[in-house]
Amino acid sequence: MTARFEADLPSGQPIIVARDVVKRYRIGEQDVLALDGVTLDIAAGEFVAIMGASGSGKSTMMNLIGALDAPSSGSLAIDGRDIGAMAADDLADLRNRTIGFVFQQFNLLPRTPAYRQVMLPLQYTHPRPTDMETQARQRLEQVGLANRMDHLPRQLSGGQQQRVAIARALVNNPKILLADEPTGALDSRTSDDIMRLFSALNSDGITIVVVTHEPEIAEWAKRRITFRDGRIVSDVRQASPQREAAQ
Amino acid sequence: MTILDSLRVALTALRSNLLRSILTTLGIVIGVASVIILVAVGNGATGEVNRQITALGTNMLVIFPDAMRVMGRSSATGSALPLSEGDVTALREKIFGVSGISGQLEESAPVVRGNLNWTTSVSGVHGDYTFVRDWPVREGRELNAQDLRAAGRVALIGSTVAKQLFPGENPIGAEVRIKNVPFQIVGLLSVKGQSAMGRDQDDVMLIPMTTARNRIVGKSDVQVDQVGRIYVKLDDQTNIKVAQEEMEQLLRQRRKNGPNSEDSFSVRNMAEFMRARTEVLSTMSYLLGATSAISLIVGGIGIMNIMLVSVTERTREIGLRMAVGGRKRDIMLQFLVEAVMLCLLGGLIGIALGVGIAWLIAYLASWPVAVSLNVIAGAMTAAGLTGIIFGFFPARRAAGLNPIDALRSE
Repeated sequence: MTARFEADLPSGQPIIVARDVVKRYRIGEQDVLALDGVTLDIAAGEFVAIMGASGSGKSTMMNLIGALDAPSSGSLAIDGRDIGAMAADDLADLRNRTIGFVFQQFNLLPRTPAYRQVMLPLQYTHPRPTDMETQARQRLEQVGLANRMDHLPRQLSGGQQQRVAIARALVNNPKILLADEPTGALDSRTSDDIMRLFSALNSDGITIVVVTHEPEIAEWAKRRITFRDGRIVSDVRQASPQREAAQ
Repeated sequence: MTILDSLRVALTALRSNLLRSILTTLGIVIGVASVIILVAVGNGATGEVNRQITALGTNMLVIFPDAMRVMGRSSATGSALPLSEGDVTALREKIFGVSGISGQLEESAPVVRGNLNWTTSVSGVHGDYTFVRDWPVREGRELNAQDLRAAGRVALIGSTVAKQLFPGENPIGAEVRIKNVPFQIVGLLSVKGQSAMGRDQDDVMLIPMTTARNRIVGKSDVQVDQVGRIYVKLDDQTNIKVAQEEMEQLLRQRRKNGPNSEDSFSVRNMAEFMRARTEVLSTMSYLLGATSAISLIVGGIGIMNIMLVSVTERTREIGLRMAVGGRKRDIMLQFLVEAVMLCLLGGLIGIALGVGIAWLIAYLASWPVAVSLNVIAGAMTAAGLTGIIFGFFPARRAAGLNPIDALRSE
């Protein structure tokens, strides 16, 4: 399927390489085929939206790309490493260094000031960086929260909380930013702000994969991949009117 | 994630549920507090007992009459043949190294002075008594040989009795009636304080042995010149064990105890006497020790319970930590640290409570406070171990969570 688009691929090296990925779950007595032979390449520097209805397999795909799960068969390489063959601790390190997660519900820790939220991934990095707090504060500046560094989550608006989460995802200079319905809990104006931030980050070179069911959000991406019943049904490259308007 | 990070996270978690955290640690609090109390009280009491043994002098022996035993069977209560004046004389003359000897024939009796009266322990004693007991007269004179010979109606008064019957007055020379017999007070005993049993030793009147037999206690049917128990003081050069054996030998002869029957008396030195009391205390210590072990276990189960709740409540947080690179080990360590911290918090509260109560008991019983640092360290170690043992299962459960399910949980 991807072959048709090869000519249009950006010049970056492939950073996510899926070959015939199958994922089966067992729910009670029933086998559920969540992914049914997905082959996909995402190059470094792409801005990809993964779309599909619930049950289409897009969340499963995201879990695999996030190295939170392994395929039942087929192979999936993230940044050149086959996640099916990695030990649990190596997967944890991959998530720590190579992937930054942004969630729909922000997943901030309660009663923890913003700069400490952002420090969290660094605390799990081996070897431990010595300037964790400086790095965290720089990231908060980068996402426009220079004057909110010591605020607790409950003192921040939804959009600000999501920015803290984005700063946290960015703090370890990941190659891939993986966002699961990042605007699902935000109003449309704040959503635009967040997507504008993603565009800017993508311009700086980071690969962005956004999982969403909202077409308006997917409009921001340069490439839209649609899943249905565990398969890719469309994979479209596009000019993004939002992006151009924003720039 | 370093231990320091884990400590900070644990502290935040505990603070956010402060009341719950404190209630959870109650079992640990009680366990640690009871360890500290029991050791402090035990040590304080043992210290006090030892001090009294030293004060009494280890070179003092007490002889009690026992019920006759034949073939291991005790005869009826009260059938004990009393010790006699003859025994006192024989012991004084035949045992080498006796520096003082006195009987003590004791009876509880009301003492009346004018319209005041006070029931106290009235003892008939020999002249050596105050020397043997190391209990000199503070004012006035001792009982002398003339008093004993003539069965004089004279008495020494203990300070408690003096306080009751002669408030603010000098009792020397005054007259009191014991069982309606008039006595003249000739001496005021020095203050001796509480005994190891908590008895007020100053609540006494001492009168001549002869007078006691004739007028207060009455005569025994089987022994006309009974003397109650006998206190013997040995001089410092005498081996107490040897002297004790000689005394037992002599008394067996005099009381006609056959080689097959048990002795109808017992000779105890004060050290033995006090040791028996220490044993009672140590039995109590074991019981309290068991109590604290049980409360540590119960407390540990409480900790385990609340940690399981905490793992459930914070499932998403665990998922997040795994997603940003936390390893199983990191998650495990974090929850273990939290459980240990809960237990140590309980330990600290327990120490404060235990030291407070031990101090109060010591104050009320006028013992020295004997809270030892070793015990505090030991109690904290036990609390910490409880945290590790009972925190292990919840921590392993947290570390074993699937990050996808954890992130999705509500």
